[in-house]
Amino acid sequence: MSINPLTKQSITVQPTSVTESVGVRWLMIGISFIFIGLFLILPLVAVFGQAFVKGLCAYFDAIRQPDTFAAIRLTLVTAAITVPLNLIFGVTAAWAISKFEFWGKNILLTLIDLPFAISPVVSGLIYVLLFGRQGWLWPWLSEHNIKIVFAVPGIVLATILVTFPFIARELIPLMQAQGDEEEEAALVLGANGWQTFFRVTLPNIKWGLLYGVILCNARAMGEFGAVSVVSGHIRGLTNTIPLQVEILYNEYNFTASFAVASLLALLGLVTLAVKSFVEWKTAH
Amino acid sequence: MRKKIILGLLLIVLLAVGAISFAGAEGEITLLNVSYDPTRELYENYNAAFAKYWKAKTGQTVVIKQSHGGSGAQARTVIDGLEADVVTLALAYDIDAIADSKLLPTNWQKRLPNNSTPYTSTIVFLVRKGNPKEIKDWDDLVKPGISIITPNPKTSGGARWNYLAAWGYALKHNNNSQEKAKEFVKKLFKNVPVLDSGARGATTTFVQRGVGDVLLAWENEAFLAINELGKDKFEIIVPSLSILAEPPVAVVDKVVDKRGTRKVAEAYLKYLYTPEGQEIVARNYYRPRLKSVADKYAHQFPKIKLITIDDTFGGWQKAQKTHFEDGGTFDQIYQPQ
Repeated sequence: MSINPLTKQSITVQPTSVTESVGVRWLMIGISFIFIGLFLILPLVAVFGQAFVKGLCAYFDAIRQPDTFAAIRLTLVTAAITVPLNLIFGVTAAWAISKFEFWGKNILLTLIDLPFAISPVVSGLIYVLLFGRQGWLWPWLSEHNIKIVFAVPGIVLATILVTFPFIARELIPLMQAQGDEEEEAALVLGANGWQTFFRVTLPNIKWGLLYGVILCNARAMGEFGAVSVVSGHIRGLTNTIPLQVEILYNEYNFTASFAVASLLALLGLVTLAVKSFVEWKTAH
Repeated sequence: MRKKIILGLLLIVLLAVGAISFAGAEGEITLLNVSYDPTRELYENYNAAFAKYWKAKTGQTVVIKQSHGGSGAQARTVIDGLEADVVTLALAYDIDAIADSKLLPTNWQKRLPNNSTPYTSTIVFLVRKGNPKEIKDWDDLVKPGISIITPNPKTSGGARWNYLAAWGYALKHNNNSQEKAKEFVKKLFKNVPVLDSGARGATTTFVQRGVGDVLLAWENEAFLAINELGKDKFEIIVPSLSILAEPPVAVVDKVVDKRGTRKVAEAYLKYLYTPEGQEIVARNYYRPRLKSVADKYAHQFPKIKLITIDDTFGGWQKAQKTHFEDGGTFDQIYQPQ
């Protein structure tokens, strides 16, 4: 079966090359399900169980608490800035890489993967080194009273760095597979660049794009490591949802901590549902 | 269609930017107190009391923001640019480090009474109910098969107090032989399965995740764990000798002068020394400095023979250099298992 869930070959067709006996097949399927149940479903159930252990009232009280509310707001703001910017970057990069031939293309391709390869902690530290008091940009920033690290801009920057491969990585194979015949046809027929993009390219890639946006958004809201480094952990100001979960947990506030964690989990489940819908849509 | 998409995206970005710039644009003073791990509950109470006091005195509304973490790590973020109006850390060396980067004068510790430490604490043992491993004193910790939880001395202030308390105990029982003390602490750290980065992380490892037989903890942290999670689960063991832990406080001059918050920041720290401030301190299980309050809460704190950092280790600068800098005794004795 194909690795890419977006190609149409992923519809279940029993390949003739399967030679394993029925027993082996069921064993492997069984192991997969048990594994997922043990390591995914069970913890998820535990999170929701803990969150509601003191009842619905305690659950909503925990979420309404001002610091938590601020964390939710900050997370939404961060995602609202990060995702559109990465959307623009992702489409631009994918377009450049799949449609043009230029020097340094492979370098660009490798660099896009970099955030996947390096630890998020390092991604965060990069910004501390660059914009922190020891960094060479500090004198200028300080003079103009601009705060980057340990403030919202730093959190947004770190999140952008960690999430920018998602959309580009999703689009590049898709656009490469599609080739540029349709765009060429559009251009020959007299369409200009924008028209070609919006009438031809965008409809072709829209599901892949949506899939990338969903993944990017999920990671933007859930990122812990990079954000933790640049946050400064000021309550009610620079804590995102994942950081708030840790704080609440460390303050013996287990119900509240799991209540907030369940919000993130819920986001994950919604993402999953939308993702399945998108896959189903692409398959048809 | 496409215009709508672009317009929508623009609107989202604008809204987001707007939301950021409006946050904090209200007519009130904000202070940022960058503190160490176990003071979360203390300053939550204290901030509310101070805000009330300041409002009554000056009519200004002051909002105090908190940030907590391992003491060394917190000092690091202040050095890296976190704009703390005041720092309330676990030990003097961490504020010295901030002073080294020219954010406040090096004589900062002389500016407030009691070497700028409005409260003290000490290091005790927290064990599981019934003390199944019969841990009574430091000697019991180095026995084989005992699992000790303590945070990382490189990042945590509490961990450094733990380390020096053990070292001091060994000195006293080995005719002040530094070699023997080092041997003792090495044996002790052989029994440490995991080093968390801060005191609170170590406490949750012990109480919540159930790892280890004994937690070396701040006295206040041990009391808090018992109160939050039930007296039927843990008990406090007071060793025969411990260390007088003095967590200092300081105004960060560069920051308050830039932000224009010097007056309120100084008042914030001075209020800690008043009877009202000391009451809050004592209620959160820190040992108060003020005699009247100390007497009132005397029953709460066990009497322990305490060594001091100055007498036994020649002050924090020296202790830090000998024990915790790269290549210090901690690096020599500790190998992760």
